[in-house]
Amino acid sequence: MSVSAPTRPTRDPVLLAPISWRTPIIMTVLAALALFGFALFTPAGLESTIELTGASAAWQLPDLVIGSRAAALALVLVAFALAGLSFWTAQNRRRSMAVPVVFGICLVFAFLIWAVAGNASGLPLPFLLSTAMTAALPLIFGAFAGLLCERSGVINIAIEGQLLAGAFLTAVLATVAGNAYVGLIAAPVGGALVGLILAVFSIKYRVDQIIVGVVVNVLVLGLTSYLFSTVLSDDPLRLNNPPQLPALRIPLLADIPVVGEALFNQNIIVYAMYAAVVALHIGLFRSRWGLRVRAVGEHPKAADTVGIDVNRTRYRNVVFGSAVAGFGGASMVAAGLAFTKEVTEGRGYIALAAMILGRWSPTGALAAALLFGFADSLNRVLNNIGSPVPYEILAMLPYLATIFAVAGLVGRVRPPAGAGKAYPS
Amino acid sequence: MSENNDGREKPERTGAQPDAAQPDADAPSQAAAPQQPEAHTEAEPDGRGPEDSGRARRAAQAPAVPDTSPRPHPVDDGPTSSQARWATFRHEMLTGSWLLTLLAIVAALVISSVLIAVADADVRASAGYFFARPADLLSAAWSSIAGTYVALFRGSVFDYTVLTGGGVAELGRAISPLTKTMVEATPLILAALGIGIGFRSGLFNIGAQGQVLMGAATASLVGFTFVPPGTGPFSSLLHLVLALGAAVLVGGLWAGIAGILKARTGANEVIVTIMLNWIATYLVAYLLTTAVYRVQANRPIAPHVAETAELPSLLGSWSPLHWGFPLALLAALGVWWLMERSTIGFQFRAVGANMHAARTAGISVNRVFVMVMVTAGMLAGAGGAMQILGVEGTFRASSAGTIGFDAITVALLGRNRSGGIVAAAMLFGALRAGAALMQTVADTPVDIILVIQAVIVLFIAAPPLVRTLFRLPDPQRTRVAARAKEATR
Amino acid sequence: MTLELRGITKRFGSLVANDRIDLTFEPGRIHALLGENGAGKSTMMNVLYGLYTPDEGQILIDGEPVTFHGPGDAMAAGIGMVHQHFMLIPVFTVAENVVLGHEPTGPLGIIGLEQARTLVREISARFGFDVDPDAKIEDLPVGVQQRVEIIKALSRDAKVLILDEPTAVLTPQETDELIEIMRQLRDSGTAIVFITHKLREVRAVADEITVIRRGKVVGTASPTDSQAELASLMVGRDVSLGVEKGPAEPNEQALEVAGLSVLDAVGSPVVRDVSFTIRGGEVLAVAGVQGNGQSELAEVLLGLRKATAGSITLDGTELLGKSVDQVLRAGVGFVPEDRSKDGLISSFSIIENFVLDQYAQEPYAKGPAMQLGVGRQKTAEAVEAFDVRTTSIDDPVSTLSGGNQQKVVLAREMSRPLRLFVASQPTRGLDVGSIEFVHQRIIAERDAGTPVLIVSTELDEVLSIADRIAVMYRGSIVGIVEAGTDRDVLGLMMAGVPPEEARQEAVEHPTAMHEVEGEEPS
Repeated sequence: MSVSAPTRPTRDPVLLAPISWRTPIIMTVLAALALFGFALFTPAGLESTIELTGASAAWQLPDLVIGSRAAALALVLVAFALAGLSFWTAQNRRRSMAVPVVFGICLVFAFLIWAVAGNASGLPLPFLLSTAMTAALPLIFGAFAGLLCERSGVINIAIEGQLLAGAFLTAVLATVAGNAYVGLIAAPVGGALVGLILAVFSIKYRVDQIIVGVVVNVLVLGLTSYLFSTVLSDDPLRLNNPPQLPALRIPLLADIPVVGEALFNQNIIVYAMYAAVVALHIGLFRSRWGLRVRAVGEHPKAADTVGIDVNRTRYRNVVFGSAVAGFGGASMVAAGLAFTKEVTEGRGYIALAAMILGRWSPTGALAAALLFGFADSLNRVLNNIGSPVPYEILAMLPYLATIFAVAGLVGRVRPPAGAGKAYPS
Repeated sequence: MSENNDGREKPERTGAQPDAAQPDADAPSQAAAPQQPEAHTEAEPDGRGPEDSGRARRAAQAPAVPDTSPRPHPVDDGPTSSQARWATFRHEMLTGSWLLTLLAIVAALVISSVLIAVADADVRASAGYFFARPADLLSAAWSSIAGTYVALFRGSVFDYTVLTGGGVAELGRAISPLTKTMVEATPLILAALGIGIGFRSGLFNIGAQGQVLMGAATASLVGFTFVPPGTGPFSSLLHLVLALGAAVLVGGLWAGIAGILKARTGANEVIVTIMLNWIATYLVAYLLTTAVYRVQANRPIAPHVAETAELPSLLGSWSPLHWGFPLALLAALGVWWLMERSTIGFQFRAVGANMHAARTAGISVNRVFVMVMVTAGMLAGAGGAMQILGVEGTFRASSAGTIGFDAITVALLGRNRSGGIVAAAMLFGALRAGAALMQTVADTPVDIILVIQAVIVLFIAAPPLVRTLFRLPDPQRTRVAARAKEATR
Repeated sequence: MTLELRGITKRFGSLVANDRIDLTFEPGRIHALLGENGAGKSTMMNVLYGLYTPDEGQILIDGEPVTFHGPGDAMAAGIGMVHQHFMLIPVFTVAENVVLGHEPTGPLGIIGLEQARTLVREISARFGFDVDPDAKIEDLPVGVQQRVEIIKALSRDAKVLILDEPTAVLTPQETDELIEIMRQLRDSGTAIVFITHKLREVRAVADEITVIRRGKVVGTASPTDSQAELASLMVGRDVSLGVEKGPAEPNEQALEVAGLSVLDAVGSPVVRDVSFTIRGGEVLAVAGVQGNGQSELAEVLLGLRKATAGSITLDGTELLGKSVDQVLRAGVGFVPEDRSKDGLISSFSIIENFVLDQYAQEPYAKGPAMQLGVGRQKTAEAVEAFDVRTTSIDDPVSTLSGGNQQKVVLAREMSRPLRLFVASQPTRGLDVGSIEFVHQRIIAERDAGTPVLIVSTELDEVLSIADRIAVMYRGSIVGIVEAGTDRDVLGLMMAGVPPEEARQEAVEHPTAMHEVEGEEPS
């Protein structure tokens, strides 16, 4: 029998993964789109005005007034330079988050400058950011709810329903009690009740989690709409007229130019959100609770063998997470707005997208939700001051961004390994 | 047509969820066990571990929980008597999936009754003095519930109130609601068939709504822009085929985006299709404001489609029923053949049941993803076209209604099989058809329909819950061995 | 601590997995539970570990009856288990895995990671392990992962340590080290339960042996009993511990693999510059510890993975770059490593599984229409020929036992003319009877003149059916040696030692098991 010559294990043959040119190519394409889409067509001689401080700020800064065409072109050129830099980092197999982020900011500002070129009233940047925060709130809490559930292995498609239930209960109870803070206490209860349905069906009856989520959304939409059309409409003043949640202005901090208003002149839900981000981040990644939750979400059987009750953990997380979403739902009626049919308008699904974009981490989800909130409020502001871009097209952007994201523009995202699968007990 | 599958649907399987079958389907059959006395849990070293052992533990702790492990034949000892056959039959009756479906519907109607009663002003008024005159509350509740369901029935099946003399015309008017139900069911059947194919192939297509909308938009565009040569039946047919074909094509392409992204990049189709729904909504809303749809006076409504593009009426002017309904039934038949008898369907089902094994067997999983999504989108697109060419004529942003979302529940209720989907679509079509009369006559808002739909599907998906509610026997606990194979199918 | 099982019975439906088992585990003893795959060993241990609740019987600790409601109770009672499939969370670090479930915590439930690291380091030091507490599990080789499992059990002060088929993933030398650890633990007073079906290991390490067959204790044996005696006790009849086969008669057909390299999903090489030739009529077995590129090699052959360099030619035709479907049509039969994941569709019927990779070809289909009758007839024939025990070929394949499922896979892959046969772990998890059957079929295919490639981590299997043996380590072929090579030499090669050095080393440092090997039946 022949014995072929043994091949020694080669030490390290130069076998490297093919370089991924995806990110730099996409950046180049986007920069080119910006260049030919609007930057080149910015009328010469016009100026763009951008407000930097809100009306209530202690220190007033003068409005920023710049030549539209020059500024837009300059920013797009910087974007091209960054795309070039991205080619270089890819060539050297480095990964940098900073380059795409700065790139994005450049393009957004180029766009803004073009959009408000020659507009007399100018772009109210502090107001824009402030409304962006408001728009982002349900998304942030929704995304937190999503990741709380999914980190323990239960996919939460029902965020939409939880937001809706939270908003409904908030509006009704805040009205009945005549106190906006009572609504805040009611909101998580609404979310948790919806979460309980999700939990019972997906954990106890082991129905597919996505199916339960979709159906629960229909159920909550039907319930709230039905009750709105009957009970609430019978007597809207006594049942659906919630008081406004007051803004709590933090002195000095709220006076910071540009961002002060958005960050520190907000209602209590925003401050609760700050606390939630910190608590969730530490809780998930540093605490015993988080370690166990992640273990259950990644490898339930392994968690079971070290004495962790998988399904109890899941029940708790789903109900708690849903309560968080319900709390976020309160923000949609916090400004003293009445509850209306489908007041959520699909925000629950965007929250889900924010969670995925944020790669199942609280800080990532926060960033993604803020981005979506910004896009939303920008669209509204531009629509008000007269935008050259149709409202519908801009409104599409978050959804398009999400598709790009899940299709791998921002790198592969990996959900918790155990998510979506029921665990028998 | 799909009875062979429906009858054997495993009770705790959602049907839509291919993975659910796997941990359950593990126990060796009665017949195989004595010859091969392997503790099956150990015989599978890989892949099965976690679910399997945990499941066995569950079965051990709570014997009431279903477990597909067959039990000994209870009538093994005696001769096969008619008594035993009757027992088997009775058992089948009590555990069959159609009974569960029926009970789920009953349960949903009961739960909705509570809502109807609670929301009724008279009921709430009489609740104030309940202890003084309890009968008032009960009669108020009864009248609101009965009023609602009777109106629903009259609006969707048979309106007996128009029968006074007994002429043929009156009879036509009386059963006209039933034909309206068929009209409502038409787009639901088509969209749900597509979703069902997706579910059986392991794809969660939440995007039927967008696909329906794109199909409707396209049918409208072709319907009012294209002018056929001449006016005869041939040119009408040509126009109709063109409008329908274009809608099918665009629906398929729109869904194909999700399929291609899934195949090329692994993007989760649930997320992508949800996003595509919103993009379709805004895209259509935008196009309706542009010259594409010849919008005048800022009203975002497309012109009425040309008469040549309209689906002809099937029964005459007394009924809204159009040719879309038989076409939808034909599509159901086609989908049945595709899934059960063709090599393409075999691929689809193989990928849905076990993607890895399908890949190892040479099936291109990525191509299947694209094909499934395109097929689903084509069906949904056709559904959208039916709505424009057969019912509305004019297209607006709200033309798709909630067809795409309702179709998900239809597919789930119909267990993703053609026959089941047609039946489920008729049920939900009836709810939609009857809703208008219910709202005007009984003053019950249409939103209750959503609740009924959702509750039915939730119950369908969790057979143990229904069994507990109605105290039915657990099929696994009393199953006869001979029936084991049917049940695990 | 003495642990006792009394009359333990566990049923799954009509199947009695454990039938009135009585066993006692005493401190300072290594108690081997010997039984073939499917005998009910793991079920019993899962009962003992609180994962299953027994239908009848009692567990006693030091004479006191105890009830376990879950693994937590068992652990609290001092029972530790090293699972056959490691219960480690791949994305966690070693320290996180070790403390999971009994985490040292500071204020607010923040985990004391430093304490966790210290714990890992201490236990590692005690047994001479070299384990980095901050390494991620998914980056560690299986041998090290097993040590993490042992550390995990010991960190909870296990008085009874259950090792479920612990040697399945180890080289003979690593097995030797494990045996050393087991002895060390025994000497410090731990009761060791060693579950295995490997006779050689039992004889090397056990203080007492209990043999389990078909869910029952069928007797006890002494480590000094011969392998043949143990084998017949385990299987219930005399077995030939090998395959009867004549010498290979290589023909002109050949599979030639040259310079093959493969990258994994994250771009690191899993197969490096692999070259070999298999002639028709011979069996080349690829040996190696799990995770050294063998599975990927097999997958590349079928076209399931893409290669970055090299060529695969079958009778002069290049296979690389072809789709799986094209490769199958070129006459390659493929038995995947994990039959339940890749080989079968459990909810499909036996017929559907039988036609799975030819469903679209004549005669199983005419154009787009499937010919169900043809599939039924051919399946019936194949089921007969391959002795698949089933009531009906319309049953879902999941109703079959593991051995019969594997026969369905073999029947499918061997029921057409083949020009190459590739099988990964063809007998994993099967009982002895099925193993014999599968081996016979493979040899029959070889004798029909087909080149055969077998990937196996089981040295016994490699030694019994191979004509030549290629040993893989970290994606490379360390060497290709003749069939009769000493298992110690192969073991060293599996750890990356080149053949010449390995031969020398094996003579100088024989493993403990080599010594008990004495009278191996051929």
